[in-house]
Amino acid sequence: MAKRETPLLDQLESGPWPSFVTDIKRQAETKPECWDILGILELSYKDRITHWKHGGIVGVFGYGGGIVGRYADVPEQFPGVEHFHTVRVAQPASKYYSTENLRGLMKLWEKYGSGMTNFHGSTGDIILLGTRTENLEPFFWDLTHDMNQDLGGSGSNLRTPANCLGMSRCEWSCYDTEECCHSLTMKYQDEIHRPAFPYKFKFKFSGCPNDCVASIARSDISVIGTWRDAIRIDQAAVKEYVAGNYPANGGAHSGRDWGKFDINKEVINLCPTNCMWMEGSELKIDDKECTRCMHCINVMPRALRPGVDKGASICVGAKAPILDGAQFATLVVPFIKVEKENEFEELTEFIEKVWDWWMEVGKNRERVGETMQRVGLPTFLSVMGIDAIPQHVKEPRSNPYIFWKEEEVEGGFERDINEFRAKHKA
Amino acid sequence: MGYNPDKPMDGRISDLGPPHYEKFFPPVIKANKGKWLWHEITQPGVLLHKSETGDEVYTVRVGSPRLVSVEYIREVCDIADKHCDGFLRFTTRNNIEFMVDSKAKVQPLLDTLASYGNRYPVGGTGAGVTNIVHTQGWVHCHTPATDASGVVKAVMDELFDYFTSMTLPAQVRIALACCLNMCGAVHASDIAILGIHRKPPMIDHNRISGVCELPLAIASCPLGAVKPAKAEVNGKEIKTVKVTVERCMFCGNCYTMCPAMPLADPEGDGIAILVGGKVSNRISAPKFSKLVIPFLPNTTPRWPETVAAVKKILVAYAADARKYERLGEWAERIGWEKFFEKCDIPFTDKSIDDYRLAYDTWRTTTQFKFTSHIK
Repeated sequence: MAKRETPLLDQLESGPWPSFVTDIKRQAETKPECWDILGILELSYKDRITHWKHGGIVGVFGYGGGIVGRYADVPEQFPGVEHFHTVRVAQPASKYYSTENLRGLMKLWEKYGSGMTNFHGSTGDIILLGTRTENLEPFFWDLTHDMNQDLGGSGSNLRTPANCLGMSRCEWSCYDTEECCHSLTMKYQDEIHRPAFPYKFKFKFSGCPNDCVASIARSDISVIGTWRDAIRIDQAAVKEYVAGNYPANGGAHSGRDWGKFDINKEVINLCPTNCMWMEGSELKIDDKECTRCMHCINVMPRALRPGVDKGASICVGAKAPILDGAQFATLVVPFIKVEKENEFEELTEFIEKVWDWWMEVGKNRERVGETMQRVGLPTFLSVMGIDAIPQHVKEPRSNPYIFWKEEEVEGGFERDINEFRAKHKA
Repeated sequence: MGYNPDKPMDGRISDLGPPHYEKFFPPVIKANKGKWLWHEITQPGVLLHKSETGDEVYTVRVGSPRLVSVEYIREVCDIADKHCDGFLRFTTRNNIEFMVDSKAKVQPLLDTLASYGNRYPVGGTGAGVTNIVHTQGWVHCHTPATDASGVVKAVMDELFDYFTSMTLPAQVRIALACCLNMCGAVHASDIAILGIHRKPPMIDHNRISGVCELPLAIASCPLGAVKPAKAEVNGKEIKTVKVTVERCMFCGNCYTMCPAMPLADPEGDGIAILVGGKVSNRISAPKFSKLVIPFLPNTTPRWPETVAAVKKILVAYAADARKYERLGEWAERIGWEKFFEKCDIPFTDKSIDDYRLAYDTWRTTTQFKFTSHIK
């Protein structure tokens, strides 16, 4: 493949941010098909429109996901990217890697693919970008046999679960997000690889309400760490913050002079439930009023920590706007223990109950959050066998249109119009 | 021995799942999991985590373009081999984290990173702009309304100083999705850059019979704009669809379901800007991003209109918001009418919702501010 002239893309080589164009050009020295990646992209920059065809169902035997088919709509011009299928490789929990592992993957991709990747895709997978159909099976063979690794999810199946880095390097994680993510990923390999759902389904695991993996915005089942006892306070460290000896918010604001730290202004008055106050030099928290928003803990990490009776809240049904609008996940289970010892049994029982119901009533391409909207939260709760509690709503409904069930109304719905008319002339 | 195409199922291994995370832990992480006490950002891009065992881990965070080559990953491995016992990790926002177990090892690592020129910018921590999460765009996707990597590069070039510093009122999360499918789930970002279409789909009558299930194409439209129709192809009447243009909201869902309904267009496509979303539960509940600029053109290769719009919003926020206030919290405190005024963004009817549940966003109070919008 010949070198391509890319006058438009070349303008993306300047500037302080690392340039993907420069990187692709470097890769083209050993993988000349990269010139065709640049060539077709340059053409898109010129035409201001994509040059990839719609669809193309390809994959490996036995799997219904993990590969996204892609073909160029100008293959004669750019034969190096005629086929440009994407391979999704399941990422390890928390995205830690050994260089040995990465080098092994890169060797495979140099052999079978374009040499370009995404670290990582939006869902969390390692994305290997661009290969030909005939390379898919040999690649998969080597991936499984030599690397002991596997593909992730795509299509109407369980997408590769993802988690925040949790207890491995964060003091706030209220459960072991990576163990939970890894265990469930292993348990549900069949659901990841063989589409049996109405539409995609995502789990994401965040260790605390800061939700660094954005689970509440984009996962069908969002597991967010929380606690139900008191925030742990180190009063000596509180004094250090008040004295200005420890940087507020772990030093996150140190690039600007915000003035001396003011615990009233920066912590107590910003508490959304007003449940904190100072008594002399001691910080007091009325923990039963606390909604665990994390602000005070974020601002004073050396003084405050989540409690010790930890678990997670489960929220259900988040999705991006297509089609009926974006949805955040709705709080369904306020607190659940998330423990390796019983193989996350409470959580997996909950998940499987959601699946059983959604696979039966969900329409084609309907996310579970949309199914919930269609049938209503009360119906969903009753299917799940969960009693309605005020925590399920922001506020009670303001319309009176209740779907009363016959058994809830004294005497039922059956009445005789003749009996009625005997007492009430028309 | 390798794959044998004559016996494809022989020796096949499946359902292995990902490798166990623990074997990729740097030793200091393995020894201190669950024991971390507190953390501090010692300088932009450098985090210190302190364990109850007394151990420390220093993390150096660098931005990556996400679209990276095999050679790039090998170079990253060289750095991790030299300084980090052969381990590293990636963040959910496409940053790379190099970890070392003592303060003395930080500066040599920073020096190595700096020796690669601008390839490994250190930053993305605290009250700054961290890396932009984004989708594929024109480099791989079949439905995009804009590119992804190029727009991100242009925006990050302009915002670079915010990546390497911590001068903002709070962190600002920017995300880009190249069409309304929003693979990047940008709908809860402080600033969302979203590719949008503005022309209704064309119908390829010659192809539709071969590639589309007509009922699925019709059902795909949330507004019932796709209807059954007939057309003549090569003198023969075929079943096809038509689009009621007045009802089309340009979501592209029909094209996802039916390849014979392409809607991308150089003039029609471009970028909308949405702001004020967040996912954290900190202080206020998670919020969706709100549409403030309905359209900016795809001016390749550096999208100057988009870059300028993002910068303008960021500068106005940085100047006016209070410490800890996220962009959406600031806009809500000052009022959206003030937001438009302070950011010098013209308000148009395109920012008024007229889709489902739109009424929830209409103002039903006499509380408002007299801004320049009231003539």
